[in-house]
Amino acid sequence: MTQTPLLMHLARALRAVVGRELHKFLRQPSRLASSLVRPLLWFVVFSAGFHNVFGVAIIAPYETYVDYKEYMLPGLLGMIALFNGMQSSLSMVYDREMGVMRLLLTAPLPRGWLLGFKLAGSTALSLVQMLVFLAVAWAFGVDATWAWLAALPAMVLGATMLAALGLMLSVHIRQLENFAGTMNFVIFPMFFISTALYPLWKLRESGALWLYQLAQVNPFTAAVELIRYALQGQFNANAALTVAATAALSFAMALRGYDPQRGWVRHRA
Amino acid sequence: MTSRPFPKTTEPVLQARDLGKSYGPRVALQSVSLRLHAGDMVALLGPNGAGKSTLVQLLSGLFVPDQGTIQILGHDMRTQAPRALAGLGVVFQQSALDADLSVQANLLFHTDLHGIARSVALQRIAKGLQQHGLETERNAPVKSLSGGNRRKVELVRALLHQPAFLLMDEATVGLDPASRKALVDSVYALTRSGTVAALWATHLVDEVEQADRVIVLNKGVILFEGTPAGLSERCGGISMERAFLQLCAQTGHGVPA
Repeated sequence: MTQTPLLMHLARALRAVVGRELHKFLRQPSRLASSLVRPLLWFVVFSAGFHNVFGVAIIAPYETYVDYKEYMLPGLLGMIALFNGMQSSLSMVYDREMGVMRLLLTAPLPRGWLLGFKLAGSTALSLVQMLVFLAVAWAFGVDATWAWLAALPAMVLGATMLAALGLMLSVHIRQLENFAGTMNFVIFPMFFISTALYPLWKLRESGALWLYQLAQVNPFTAAVELIRYALQGQFNANAALTVAATAALSFAMALRGYDPQRGWVRHRA
Repeated sequence: MTSRPFPKTTEPVLQARDLGKSYGPRVALQSVSLRLHAGDMVALLGPNGAGKSTLVQLLSGLFVPDQGTIQILGHDMRTQAPRALAGLGVVFQQSALDADLSVQANLLFHTDLHGIARSVALQRIAKGLQQHGLETERNAPVKSLSGGNRRKVELVRALLHQPAFLLMDEATVGLDPASRKALVDSVYALTRSGTVAALWATHLVDEVEQADRVIVLNKGVILFEGTPAGLSERCGGISMERAFLQLCAQTGHGVPA
């Protein structure tokens, strides 16, 4: 029996999984359009309505007063990754319903690698959309700096965490119809109870202390702040640690969920 | 797909010992043992709910048995799953094709997952499609194929990595008689060439009348194992279908739906 060297095998399997994700994405231009229209609406409409939301406050990591558009940008990049992560979760559920998941789970590779490739595929899709949105933001008047290039690792890490969350959720979403629940119970709370649209002191100032505390522990806040600092050429170690730990924990839970001895496939496949 | 990647050996291709599986209080399989050698065509006959699908899930590594062991080409499914799965080809009851992709894209997805070089994969795909009269469908989207052709594509796919053990789970469900016969004949031809051993799970007796061995499974228990003629003889020389019905009824385990 001629065996393919493991590294070669892994590279081909990575091509299969990530290539399929990209291929399906590129065949659906409406998906890219809708992924951009959503943050664009916030970017254009909200930034006009909330132009003076900060008054005269200066918020870290900014060293001067910033336009609301500039403040929103990291949050909207996070929003793109959040929606894409959940869409990938939906795609896993779809694959399960259509039977394609069985093909993946009977491939002769350790399951951890296969789920890792799924994670890589979802992260790659998020990154493509985030980069396109950065270009859109630049076109709408946000100043591009070299720090944007240095922010790539932060965007990758944030997207990885949200993809891992999606992967973990896919273990528990039994049917495509349950995706509406994911929107209501995961995406919207994570997005709104975070620093994506307003700084935390605004929540504290309004007296909503429980929201303030929730937003502080929300891993999406950490992802947004990681990107925000990176876009300013700074590194937020606390946020990076939170994001990395959440990504690792979510992936570990997804692995457990897809383990035939312990998780989801123990009960259904 | 005529050359086999595994040396011909007297060792069994599949060895399953004392398999047991329960879902909560419901026992799905109880002390099931199987052994298949290269070239064997073994029919797993059972009514709906007999435990066939559970057995297929165990043999394909999707589920883990509560008790017992499974080895494919000597590789344990629990401790050496990737090696065991490399020797397994499966056609599931539910289609596992991506309807949005072309036939070739679906097949390349499979060969990539199995680590097969693109040049080799393309050769095998061309040959496999030609053998099943599908060469003109190579670039067609799967959603444009008939049910019979989809099943043929799934069979081609299951054989692309040249497995030693082929698992067919109710593979003819939803097919018209001509497509059903074509698929059954393909698998018989494969096993007769000695390149693979096949386990054909079905509740349709006419599909397995020429099998080397028949295993009758009901309510998770093996009721009979032997030749098709032996099954008839056991019930007084009646037809195989009637013998199957009678066996299920006699044992108080219900009859096929």
